[in-house]
Amino acid sequence: MTYQDPAVTAPQVSRVAVTPTAAGLVQELYAAHGPLMFHQSGGCCDGSSPMCYLAGEFRTGASDVLLAALRIDGVPEPVTFWMSAAQFERWRHTHLTVDVVPGRGSGFSLEAPEGVRFLIRSRLLTPEEDAALGSVGPRQA
Amino acid sequence: MTRYTAPGQPGAALQYLPRYDHWIGGEFVPPAHGRYFENPTPVTGQTFCEVARGTAEDVERALDAAHGAAPAWGRTSAADRAAILNKIADRMAANLEALAVAETWDNGKPVRETLAADIPLAIDHFRYFAGVIRAQEGSLAELDDDTVAYHFHEPLGVVAQIIPWNFPILMATWKLAPALAAGNAVVLKPAEQTPASILYLISLIGDLLPAGVVNIVNGFGVEAGKPLASSPRVAKVAFTGETTTGRLIMQYASENIKPVTLELGGKSPNIFFDDVSAARDEFYDKALEGFTMFALNQGEVCTCPSRALVQQGHYDQFLADAVARTQQVTQGHPLDTDTMIGAQASNDQLEKILSYIDIGQAEGATVLAGGHRADRGGELSGGYYVEPTVFQGNNSMRIFQEEIFGPVVSVTSFADFDDAIKIANDTLYGLGAGVWTRNINTAYRAGRAIQAGRVWTNSYHLYPAHAAFGGYKGSGIGRETHKMMLEHYQQTKNLLVSYAPKAMGFF
Repeated sequence: MTYQDPAVTAPQVSRVAVTPTAAGLVQELYAAHGPLMFHQSGGCCDGSSPMCYLAGEFRTGASDVLLAALRIDGVPEPVTFWMSAAQFERWRHTHLTVDVVPGRGSGFSLEAPEGVRFLIRSRLLTPEEDAALGSVGPRQA
Repeated sequence: MTRYTAPGQPGAALQYLPRYDHWIGGEFVPPAHGRYFENPTPVTGQTFCEVARGTAEDVERALDAAHGAAPAWGRTSAADRAAILNKIADRMAANLEALAVAETWDNGKPVRETLAADIPLAIDHFRYFAGVIRAQEGSLAELDDDTVAYHFHEPLGVVAQIIPWNFPILMATWKLAPALAAGNAVVLKPAEQTPASILYLISLIGDLLPAGVVNIVNGFGVEAGKPLASSPRVAKVAFTGETTTGRLIMQYASENIKPVTLELGGKSPNIFFDDVSAARDEFYDKALEGFTMFALNQGEVCTCPSRALVQQGHYDQFLADAVARTQQVTQGHPLDTDTMIGAQASNDQLEKILSYIDIGQAEGATVLAGGHRADRGGELSGGYYVEPTVFQGNNSMRIFQEEIFGPVVSVTSFADFDDAIKIANDTLYGLGAGVWTRNINTAYRAGRAIQAGRVWTNSYHLYPAHAAFGGYKGSGIGRETHKMMLEHYQQTKNLLVSYAPKAMGFF
């Protein structure tokens, strides 16, 4: 089975989208905590998970790239989505969708106490998307 | 075959309590906010106990207890501390089966592993650090006839330890044993996926330690882990996990100017040179088992050999034999001693693994074995099982670049020695690696050329105390399972002493 995007909230070509369920969770977390950010993890255990923090909690720097500033209904501030630049070089050919599943997350991600976990689903960028994004590219922090 | 009785059933090797509090100051203490979270077993997906949902108030209480206990513990003689560590080991050995079943039920891993590896290794680890602390010495330097520099090891004081869920008791032991041997008091937070087995362990051994020397605060990372990791009251933070949380912990530590040790995983290459297939003998059989080690602990190992690099000359036949060997891996009830692969530790872990199987196929990798969630039927249908999966692809694919932390190996070929090393090192990480060859020169050169903290040579997945374990590159900072870990839990005190009777003459 190949993963297909459900109706997502990213209107134009982008590197990152959010499923409606995940968008709903972002709204809840925003209401409870305030402005938010994601940083995509790597490595073992809960690696490969998108970690959701209060905006600014995780300090990004020259080693990070900003993949998207996600616009989510009911959340005034865009939710930034970051990844380390070295990791991005190995992920840049794929499109990421933030989804949410039941689970017992770890790390310091804000949603874990809710009994759910953000999860990344991936597909290959189409050649058209790749061309469009290549000209933009993520910006350095 | 033996089937151990599940906790909760009459005659089980242990019974979990229905509810666990924090362990603070030598006793179980309810959480300040009175909240608990449900703890399911991955074997069936059913909740079997509740665990305290800790917050900053509980962390402070644990830190109070630890600070109260640390000075006396730090002054306790090395002989007395070692004696206590040995008693802990003895108590664990006397309860080996109960601890093994406890660990299997909390984590989902097969009991043959907990019986033969997790718990025996943890026991030996306490004994190892009981031994090395007795043998550790400071040093002195005779600078000149009148001046001597003495170097003493002193404990750091109170340290924080955040434990992963893949080997809950063993990983807690890797951190506790050196910290306690060195004379520190500890506040430890188990992973919220697997809190119960550590709490069962402390219920067995807690009376052996002075109150407050070991404190356990349970709960979620953001609610309990963060206040612990960011506390100015801890002298050091030790963490095993993933890169984003590792960086966040370093950021918190930088605010307090505290050291950290981090173990953040890898994407370990397992390299099979052509000469492995020079004979169909015991060594060939061992190498095939070495390939299959990706399924150990359901692949939930930071050093999972999740990239197999097979030389072109024997690629087809070796891979065919390796896939056949993989298909003999028995999946079943984790409490059966015949079961080789059990359940993934959590539902989100299961979902993540399936998402990687998905993108692997989308990138054009070929599934040679497995590739699906496994429904084991009956009560196990609610558990989190994945078939051992073999992918064939190339090293630029994401399944070759990210630790899936599941029973998934990605196989590719290489032409020669240089090609093997190039592929092996083309990763952000450098924790473990495997090299398989009958040629000692190849083995030596490859081992030295691979940028990883441990290179298993004609072996894999051995974790003895007295062999240093830790990462190069993005895999972290520090070396565990070796006496050198003591110094990660110690200060150096230098007394610079003049025995000269006369003034220096400056003033």
